[in-house]
Amino acid sequence: MKSLEELRAIKAKMQSQVDVRVESEGATRVVVGMATCGIAAGARPVLSAFANGVAEKNLNVKVTQTGCIGLCQYEPIVEIMEPGKEKVTYGNMTAEKAAEVIDQHLVRGQIVTDYLVKL
Amino acid sequence: MYRSHVLICGGTGCTSSGSGEIEKALVSEIEKNGLVDEVKVVKTGCFGLCALGPIMIVYPEGSFYSMVKVEDIPEIVEEHLLKGRVVTRLLYNETVAEDEVKSLNDTNFYKKQHRVALRNCGVINPENIEEYIGRGGYEALGKVLTEMSQDDVIQTLLDSGLRGRGGGGFPTGLKWKLAKNLVKEGQKYVCCNADEGDPGAFMDRSILEGDPHVLIEAMAIAGYAIGANQGYVYVRAEYPIAVERLEIAIKQAREYGLLGNDIFGTGFSFDMGLRLGAGAFVCGEETALMTSIEGNRGEPRPRPPFPAEKGLFGKPTVLNNVETYANIPQIILNGPEWFASMGTEKSKGTKVFALGGKIKNTGLVEIPMGTTLREVVEEIGGGIPNGKKFKAAQTGGPSGGCIPAEHFDIPIDYDNLIGIGSMMGSGGLIVMDEDNCMVDIAKFFLEFTVDESCGKCTPCRVGTKRLYEILDKITKGQGTLEDIDKLEELCYYIKENSLCGLGQTAPNPVLSTLRYFRDEYVAHVVDKKCPAGVCKDLLSFEIVADKCKGCTACARVCPAGAISGAVKTPHVIDKDKCLKCGACIEKCKFGAIIKK
Repeated sequence: MKSLEELRAIKAKMQSQVDVRVESEGATRVVVGMATCGIAAGARPVLSAFANGVAEKNLNVKVTQTGCIGLCQYEPIVEIMEPGKEKVTYGNMTAEKAAEVIDQHLVRGQIVTDYLVKL
Repeated sequence: MYRSHVLICGGTGCTSSGSGEIEKALVSEIEKNGLVDEVKVVKTGCFGLCALGPIMIVYPEGSFYSMVKVEDIPEIVEEHLLKGRVVTRLLYNETVAEDEVKSLNDTNFYKKQHRVALRNCGVINPENIEEYIGRGGYEALGKVLTEMSQDDVIQTLLDSGLRGRGGGGFPTGLKWKLAKNLVKEGQKYVCCNADEGDPGAFMDRSILEGDPHVLIEAMAIAGYAIGANQGYVYVRAEYPIAVERLEIAIKQAREYGLLGNDIFGTGFSFDMGLRLGAGAFVCGEETALMTSIEGNRGEPRPRPPFPAEKGLFGKPTVLNNVETYANIPQIILNGPEWFASMGTEKSKGTKVFALGGKIKNTGLVEIPMGTTLREVVEEIGGGIPNGKKFKAAQTGGPSGGCIPAEHFDIPIDYDNLIGIGSMMGSGGLIVMDEDNCMVDIAKFFLEFTVDESCGKCTPCRVGTKRLYEILDKITKGQGTLEDIDKLEELCYYIKENSLCGLGQTAPNPVLSTLRYFRDEYVAHVVDKKCPAGVCKDLLSFEIVADKCKGCTACARVCPAGAISGAVKTPHVIDKDKCLKCGACIEKCKFGAIIKK
């Protein structure tokens, strides 16, 4: 290795991967419903879209999965929990919508009201 | 990008309880469910809770599965990895409370721990240099080479208060300063003592297995600080996993240009190699270790000259232990004040202990210096199994001593332990309960040092053998009060006259048990009794006639045919034939057999 830049480039590439394994405080959590109902409705591409998007943008966000929340008709459901804020629930998600939520909500902090679950 | 990471412990403990098969089953099950691109399986180093192995942690949830079996894998993959439902019944029970899954860091075992030397153990794949770099690895080396002078590095270590973790507790910064300044020019060496030989200590092994790059990075930093371009790791051949991972790590570091010529384009060059020890305990002593690296029989030599002046091949050498090195990159990155903020006045930072003996959570713990023995045993260690009472803890292995219950609340640091006649040593901590005989413990450690004495100097070679013989005599009930006085006198003689640390510390287990448990010695000698019921020659087995129902269970299990009696009448033990094996006691349902 001939320079510190090379080292930093490897670190930038790897950090988000190894950080998944450390319990950090103050991180936003994105929880994707991955029960049978969620998977049948197409939750896996949504989960992948969040995992990839968060890694690409190097956000301090943990993407996890959960079981059935009980609102099967709205699956795939995604919950976003930011420390100190109320939980936000999106429904009928797709990979495309996920990309928008990452840009609007996770990066800029603006809730995408069109996709919210309305009860 | 993987959404889930499954970490499987590949340390020695979990490997021997079958984590290899679990990994295979997991990989094939993940393939079957089409999750290969979504879930990553990582084999890591030790998580510390070896008693509950094989251990598996799933992130990002942080679910801690303990005692995993191959049969459990399909359920974990299908339920947890595919559907996101944590398999609660397989979780470490401390993490499950009132239907809620607690974070691992909230469990008693992990709550009081603070991981510095072990920070990457159980987090990264030790065979992948990029994961180490992702956790900030080699940044300290970069900082040292590009921003700091040799004296800056040494001053940082001096300010941090780091002391050697291998036993003696010598200030690391001072050692480096002497190696840099005593001889200014010429060839110098950096060595690492990975010849961990204390019975029951395995922290260095775990660092080598779980985070080998930290050692390479720290040794390169040492090389820069003292002006050396070559390093050697002296590691026991009995640590095959550690040796293999260290070899892989060195190869990768060379490929990435982090070992070799002109590191980071700064003109600094450093390379290193492994030297395998054949398992002689004495080779953990620094001069014997270097003699062994040179290719000679591992025997110590008198000091001075100290290695900082004349060490390996007669050249100035810095020799530190694995755990000491593992602290150094973090000290460079976080600053000496950060490190000095942990611990007590004269013992800074953290210390790794290998918990063993009569304790629930056998394993590896890293705690700030100054944590009390009570916290370690009762809270982190989960207490003593089967409701038994704490009697003493042995620290420092065969060179250390015991800490009795009266010092249960002593904050653990270098000076406190020496003050009460024990020592930190490498950090083995063996817990003993009321069923342990202290004379027998002392005899056990002496047997070890008699075996391991290299034989070069007479006080150690002959003296430890005589100590052992006296102890043996006492445990057989043939000792006299005069023997106890002789024992003590000989201990001091060996301590003062032995050539190296092995002999100088070998009598410590005897001296400290004499200091705190003299009454037990006296009981062996005067009453011819072993209060803990361990020393066989002083025991006798008897059947209480009132309690015996004459079921014949004991007579059938006795290997010596020493028990006789008719059915439904009380049995009798023939003391001449009895082997004192205790098989009858285990078999008796009525508690009719007693050991005295």
